[in-house]
Amino acid sequence: MDKPTAKTPVVHLVGIRRSYNIGMPSEIEILHGIDLDLNRGEFVALMGASGSGKSTLLNIIGLLDRPTAGHVFINGIDTANLDDAAITRLRGHAIGFVFQEHHLISAFTALENVMMPMIVDRNAGNAAIRARAETLLAKMGLAQVGDNMSSNMSGGEQQRVAIARALAMQASLILADEPTGNLDSQSADNVFDFMRQVNKDEGTSFLIVTHNLDLAKKCDRIITMADGALVPV
Amino acid sequence: MNNAVPFEWIAAVRFLREGRLQTAFIILGITIGVAVIVFMSALLSGLQVNFLDRVLTSSAQIQLLPLDQVARPLFASDAAIEDATVQRPSQRIVSISQWQKVRDRVAQMPGVLNAAPTMLGAALITRGDASRAVRVSGVEPESYFQIIRIPDFLTAGKAILANDEIILGTDLATNLGASLGDTVIVRAASGNSVILRITGLFDLGNKAANESVSYVALRTAQSLLGQAGAVTTIEVKIADVYAAERIAQQIAAANPVKAESWIATNAQFFTAIRAQQSSNTLIRVFVGLSVAFGIAAVLVVSVIQRSKDIGILRAMGTTRGQILRIFLIQGGLLGLAGAIIGCLVGTGGLLWYHSLIRQADGSELFPLLLERQMFIVTIGLATITGLLSATAPALRAAKLDPVDAIRG
Repeated sequence: MDKPTAKTPVVHLVGIRRSYNIGMPSEIEILHGIDLDLNRGEFVALMGASGSGKSTLLNIIGLLDRPTAGHVFINGIDTANLDDAAITRLRGHAIGFVFQEHHLISAFTALENVMMPMIVDRNAGNAAIRARAETLLAKMGLAQVGDNMSSNMSGGEQQRVAIARALAMQASLILADEPTGNLDSQSADNVFDFMRQVNKDEGTSFLIVTHNLDLAKKCDRIITMADGALVPV
Repeated sequence: MNNAVPFEWIAAVRFLREGRLQTAFIILGITIGVAVIVFMSALLSGLQVNFLDRVLTSSAQIQLLPLDQVARPLFASDAAIEDATVQRPSQRIVSISQWQKVRDRVAQMPGVLNAAPTMLGAALITRGDASRAVRVSGVEPESYFQIIRIPDFLTAGKAILANDEIILGTDLATNLGASLGDTVIVRAASGNSVILRITGLFDLGNKAANESVSYVALRTAQSLLGQAGAVTTIEVKIADVYAAERIAQQIAAANPVKAESWIATNAQFFTAIRAQQSSNTLIRVFVGLSVAFGIAAVLVVSVIQRSKDIGILRAMGTTRGQILRIFLIQGGLLGLAGAIIGCLVGTGGLLWYHSLIRQADGSELFPLLLERQMFIVTIGLATITGLLSATAPALRAAKLDPVDAIRG
């Protein structure tokens, strides 16, 4: 396997299909052979009606789900033949997630939530982990709330903590599933601007599922899905 | 949050801490279960020791006796057997053949702590107009009193036996109107008699024994009973009282003696002890099972409640193994915490009960047996029970599909 270069797509999908209830009368195919490249540093919006297969595609790109057919390359690595442990390791290092509901772990403070992926990984010392988490929170304008439990924070703050957590491992790709869906327009704009800033500062690629056309228009590219397939531009 | 501590431990403790009420209730449940086990175990062990003490106060764990004297039919010739009625002969007082060798051999057997020769016989003890039938035990004090702890039961005098001295039970002394330093006449059935001075009085806590048991020096008994150099029994003390029957059989197989263990001579009592042990074991097993199911139930609920957390942890690179360990650790910690508190509560309850319940004479009903090993074993078993009962929920958590888990 060649080492990824700057030109290697962060995500390279070849003929991705995903079916459910395989072999049963109710078998249904959700994704119908999707080919897609997402380049390094790209900020891409993924749009489409509910049920078009956006979340399924996002889960497959995020290595949370496996395709029924086709190949998913992350940073040039073909994930088809990786076992669960290798997939988990790759997911932890290469991909960060931001969900519509922030999904912060309520038993931990904001700072600890950001530290968590690095603690799980155990590749850095405690001081370095804490320093990185504090830096990320500061970038998100949350330096003062690090010790707050996530349940005591506003929706916008929680989502920014979630973004900081997604960035903790310096992932090359952030997948965001309607990250502003539950926020008021002001907070939504702020969160979106934060992500855009990170994309510019750190060169992190973003794939953002959104229904908000105004936000999507601020992205480098818009990909539209309909009935389990990409709509040609 | 410290990187020096594995993430699984951090997450397990945080999850338990966050679900405070749930955690408190299950720890309370484990505490009660462990407290019951500690209380019951220590109480029953104490009662058992008390009963054993009573049984073994005045008798040895194994008693070696001469072989029964049997009569055999005579054979008229090699081919013919006379159909004779063979009468059982009277059992005369006879010595154990080569008792010194037997004693030395038995004393060196594994599990045997001590062996002491004894000359036993019946006699009449007289002081003035009063006389009583007694059992005279001729003993070597230095070895015999290691087995039957008469010095521990002395109420007056010393446990020293010269050739002209005797130690009596308190009730026997009262019946004779004798006290320490008085002399008594001891007369055997053969007509031999000896005058002895009372050097000690004992109370075995058993009126029948106190009225009929006396101890003299071995040589005095041999002389009185007309059995110079003979002993009728060898008393044996062993390390494990419950191994008495097995060791008795080994002794009987290797020596020309009949060996009777306390288990055989107190069969009903031993059966009662065994029944008590069985019921105690059953109680422990069922309490353990209810604790295990309690932990499992709480963790199953916890897995359901935390499915989104599990999903997000998986998404950020937590392996199935780490998720499994998070829930196993929770089970182990619940078991450990409940066991430690349960040991303290059980011990407190036992101390209170021990001070509250006394025998009629004010002495303790049972000795307090709070052995460190019991606590170590209890805490260890409770922790393992916690781990085992967490296995099913932990496996369920580890197998959760991240997508389904996040979706909830």
